[in-house]
Amino acid sequence: MTVTAIHPCVEALLQGSRGLPRMPLAWLNARRGAALERANALTVPTARDEEWRFTDITPLTRIVFRPAAAAPRLGMSDIAQYIAPEATAHLAFVDGVFVPELSANAGLPYGVVVTHLTAAFGTHAAVIEPHLARHAAFERDLFAALNTACLRDGAFIWIAKNQRCPTPVQLLFISTQQETAAHPRCLVVVESGADCTLIEDHVGVGDGAYFNNAVSEIVVGERARVQHVKLQREARSAFHIANSAVTLAKDATYTSNAVTFGARISRHNLAVVQQGEGATCRIDGLALISGRQLADTHTAIDHARPNGKSAQLHKCIVGDAAHAVFNGKVLVRAGAQLTDSAQQSRNLLLSPKAHVDTKPQLEIFADDVKCSHGATVGQLDTEHVFYLKSRGLSEERARSLLTYAFGAEVIDRIPVPSLVEHLERAVLEQTQARPQAGGEAS
Amino acid sequence: MIDPNASVLLEVRGLTATVAGVEILKGIDLTVRAGEVHAIMGPNGSGKSTFARILAGHPAYEVKSGTVRFEDRDLFELAPEERARRGLFLGFQYPVEIPGVSNSAFLRLAYNTVLGARGRDELDPLEFDDLVREKMKLLDIDTSFLDRSVNDGFSGGEKKRNEILQMALLEPRVAILDETDSGLDIDALRVVANGVNHLLTPENACVLVTHYQRLLNYIVPDYVHVMEGGRIIMTGDKALALELEARGYDWVVEAHKGRDKAAA
Repeated sequence: MTVTAIHPCVEALLQGSRGLPRMPLAWLNARRGAALERANALTVPTARDEEWRFTDITPLTRIVFRPAAAAPRLGMSDIAQYIAPEATAHLAFVDGVFVPELSANAGLPYGVVVTHLTAAFGTHAAVIEPHLARHAAFERDLFAALNTACLRDGAFIWIAKNQRCPTPVQLLFISTQQETAAHPRCLVVVESGADCTLIEDHVGVGDGAYFNNAVSEIVVGERARVQHVKLQREARSAFHIANSAVTLAKDATYTSNAVTFGARISRHNLAVVQQGEGATCRIDGLALISGRQLADTHTAIDHARPNGKSAQLHKCIVGDAAHAVFNGKVLVRAGAQLTDSAQQSRNLLLSPKAHVDTKPQLEIFADDVKCSHGATVGQLDTEHVFYLKSRGLSEERARSLLTYAFGAEVIDRIPVPSLVEHLERAVLEQTQARPQAGGEAS
Repeated sequence: MIDPNASVLLEVRGLTATVAGVEILKGIDLTVRAGEVHAIMGPNGSGKSTFARILAGHPAYEVKSGTVRFEDRDLFELAPEERARRGLFLGFQYPVEIPGVSNSAFLRLAYNTVLGARGRDELDPLEFDDLVREKMKLLDIDTSFLDRSVNDGFSGGEKKRNEILQMALLEPRVAILDETDSGLDIDALRVVANGVNHLLTPENACVLVTHYQRLLNYIVPDYVHVMEGGRIIMTGDKALALELEARGYDWVVEAHKGRDKAAA
């Protein structure tokens, strides 16, 4: 056996896997072991890796993150502001640890289970085994491997056949401690004909440089529907890497609204596999970043079967010296005839130093398909600004209103009204960061 | 309505301007008094719309020489938004679409900004709703306008009505309407013209920029100016508009050239 030098950063991150108790489930120990092996073998990605060309994670690798020690006690009053009023069921994790006192998952209808994984291992192992660590591949992804190797707890949602969860379920992952790493994990299994709205919410309290390394696996059964809202509102000096792996059965529908506000460096890999015929996905994203933030979104839609549909709108609003990256891969496999796919990448640069790299990536191996894509990168239209100024609005106000409108198009599609309102306000606040000229109405 | 003693709202003297280095206005003189309706007519490319956009402060144009007084102020010392707050209004030839901003929120923001600058109380959404519905009735505008995004997916006629609705809300001293008639069918034209007529008072004035005479059947001008090559080459009353409709612009242009030669 050859001994390769493990990056000190990875070495430190793997500390989190050392103290893990062996689980009574042999398959789980085996999967964690396999992931640990891959985490030891894989190298830290650099700009020489095609998948990380534009995203330099050197700042992340310079910090030695330790596993979070005992989480500080947060009260309900500390987290209430983050919970959507619609989300009657919610689970809270603080620095990766499930906190039952801050969670609410009682009184759910028959066939709806919202709990944490360690509890579910005892009650729903037969549902979990076929799926956990089976959708988010860790063989070639260091961060998915690290997450899986460190897997101790996480969120588990199961909607039984033909059942629906009447209200959104919110999974709140709160990070509080400087220089710690957490590896949040979600498994969402929505059986055939069932329906679920999920809010996956990553929040930072304070402004520590922590590392949040999340993996979500979402399994959507035949004719089932999942609406997935992912909010990334980490602390501004934090690191956020998330892998979302979604598998769609025949005639399943999946919608994703991913909103990125926070973190110094963030990367979201969203991979959707249409494993069954006639599946539909709608994937929308908004990154609103400024300062020296870097936000990278990599999506991959795999049309593996015929009659699939996908629609995607990804928008970035980039201020100051921030940097946004979008890579949108659409794969249409041989035999996936009558695929209908449309992708739009729209980018707004608010300053001369703002930067965006956008790359559509279509790979089509079927001949009877409809696939379109388009990308725009630009500044605010001077005709639009002039129109608003001619109605009395100051330059500043006109620009912030137009910037807000650009982002609102994505936010308006989120199926949770209170989040729409909250996020639109957040966009307005961020676009009006500088003081205004007098005489304006709000 | 011409009253030689009425106060001068807008006084343009020797205005020249360029866009991307090309001279496009070559010396314009125009005096607009309270209570007056002026029509500026002329062939395509004569500089009419440029003139309108320069008065509103469009950044694409560079003023080279000349002066414009707007009431007691030098217009060019005012930013576009200050001109609007002081009562200059441009009705756009091509109003822009702003998806993501509701028309009602936009109209209220414009109202509170402009009228607030004139010392009027801000209106909350409910108070504003009453006001805007009253104005919409006047202009025969469907209230579904309020819930849609600003001009987003509006037909040409709907966009022009939305411009006149803004004029009604912002109560300008000088309204410059740039090709407000283009894209309107005859019924829409009548509605828009009635709206404008309703808004005209002895205290304000209106400058209509138009290619065709038909708008002037509904909004009767006190003065008709013919613009060509960046200059006003002839001024008359409403009879001139009818003559232009019947004979076209060529004869005016020829007559002007003749005068230029004689002067040389």
